[in-house]
Amino acid sequence: MNEVTIKITDREGAVHEVQAPTDMAMNIMELCRAYELAPDGTIGVCGGMAMCASCQCYVLNDVELPEMGSDEEAMLSEAFNVKKNSRLGCQIPITDSLEGLELELAPED
Amino acid sequence: MITTDILIIGAGPTGLFAVFEAGLLKLKCHIIDALPQIGGQLSELYPKKPIFDIPGYPSVLAGDLVDNLMEQIKQFEPGFTLNEKAETIQKLDDGTFIVTTNKGTQHHAKAIAIAGGLGSFEPRKPLLENIAFYEDKGVEYFVKDPELFRDKKIVIAGGGDSALDWSIFLADVASHVTLIHRRNEFRGALDSVEKVQELVHKGKVHLVTPAEVIGIRGDKHVEKLDIEINGTHSTIRTDYFIPLFGLTPKLGAIANWGLEIEKNAIKVNNALDYQTNIDGIYAIGDINTYPGKLKLILCGFHEATLMCQSVFNKLNPSKKYVLKYTTVSGVDGFDGTRKEAEKQVVKAIE
Repeated sequence: MNEVTIKITDREGAVHEVQAPTDMAMNIMELCRAYELAPDGTIGVCGGMAMCASCQCYVLNDVELPEMGSDEEAMLSEAFNVKKNSRLGCQIPITDSLEGLELELAPED
Repeated sequence: MITTDILIIGAGPTGLFAVFEAGLLKLKCHIIDALPQIGGQLSELYPKKPIFDIPGYPSVLAGDLVDNLMEQIKQFEPGFTLNEKAETIQKLDDGTFIVTTNKGTQHHAKAIAIAGGLGSFEPRKPLLENIAFYEDKGVEYFVKDPELFRDKKIVIAGGGDSALDWSIFLADVASHVTLIHRRNEFRGALDSVEKVQELVHKGKVHLVTPAEVIGIRGDKHVEKLDIEINGTHSTIRTDYFIPLFGLTPKLGAIANWGLEIEKNAIKVNNALDYQTNIDGIYAIGDINTYPGKLKLILCGFHEATLMCQSVFNKLNPSKKYVLKYTTVSGVDGFDGTRKEAEKQVVKAIE
């Protein structure tokens, strides 16, 4: 199995270093749910359609991510607690290029 | 007081289909939903998206699935209390329940099926300090009665279908419509975007983008809004502020009914009948949790079916239940209609 290591800070401030599979077509939101990094019902509420902002996270380091699509941009423009380094976890697929990524979950709405 | 056999909380696909299974067992249902329309997450979040995992449908638009379910349960004449949130549940001495909504509507039922999905959808409120003070004093999260805004100045904030559609509608009702959004781009149906564009050119809608409302002012009612446009501040005089930032589901009152809650969902006895820790109260669909639970519509359909069987057995302890197949027995509606298979022709060939 191919994996990358990703560090995620949850909403309580705890840092989790997780192994994310690159061959399961998973995205960051699904990774957080699989590892139970946020209570059920508080992340990925819309199922991953960029229609809520419950998977919003802040990108803490320089790992390159795929460009933001128009759906993600539109959703973030309506979200709260948005910062310059905000992204929606459900729009970031887990690939080899994410090795070493560091993220922080945005506060709940 | 509304009386029924099964009071269903939530008008999403699971709640709707439960009406059918209950109807086969001659049980009447009444449905409460917080939204003004039926369909739950399907109608609210993704009516135009195709669903590919409904058995028997290679692809079905979410909104069409809701329409089909309504067609399927039509015979069983379910009652609806829409735009109201179930707030309190009271269990009576005879084991029946009274469910009261936030508007005081009372429902008396023999059993309750909570098909609440992710919780009741509530408006996403802008993060403005004093907004709570102005709710019902100029701040409106829903357009319940457009006449409220007749000949008034209104400001609509938002970038999606709701903001576009209401700007179009209220352009002919309000004396002045301002539409504010953080970006120049709007995310909605193309023809809505184009209609708003046309209204802006005709001067019927005043567009302010990229901008954000950062403050509300007024003594006893909304009078002015502080706006930030590209770093500069200005003020708009207005009678109403309508922020349309979408809806977000919240467990809400469900958390206060004495049910066992785990992971923001209601624990149920999945080995048997999806009943909760309270006798006579069931939880079906996305709202429940049990080991191995999958939040899929088809799972909700299955849970609804077993729940109805359990209610039937509870209410008819002395009757022996016989499983009847719809292909064999047909379906007799409460409205007098009957669905049945065509009779086969038996004819001798000379």
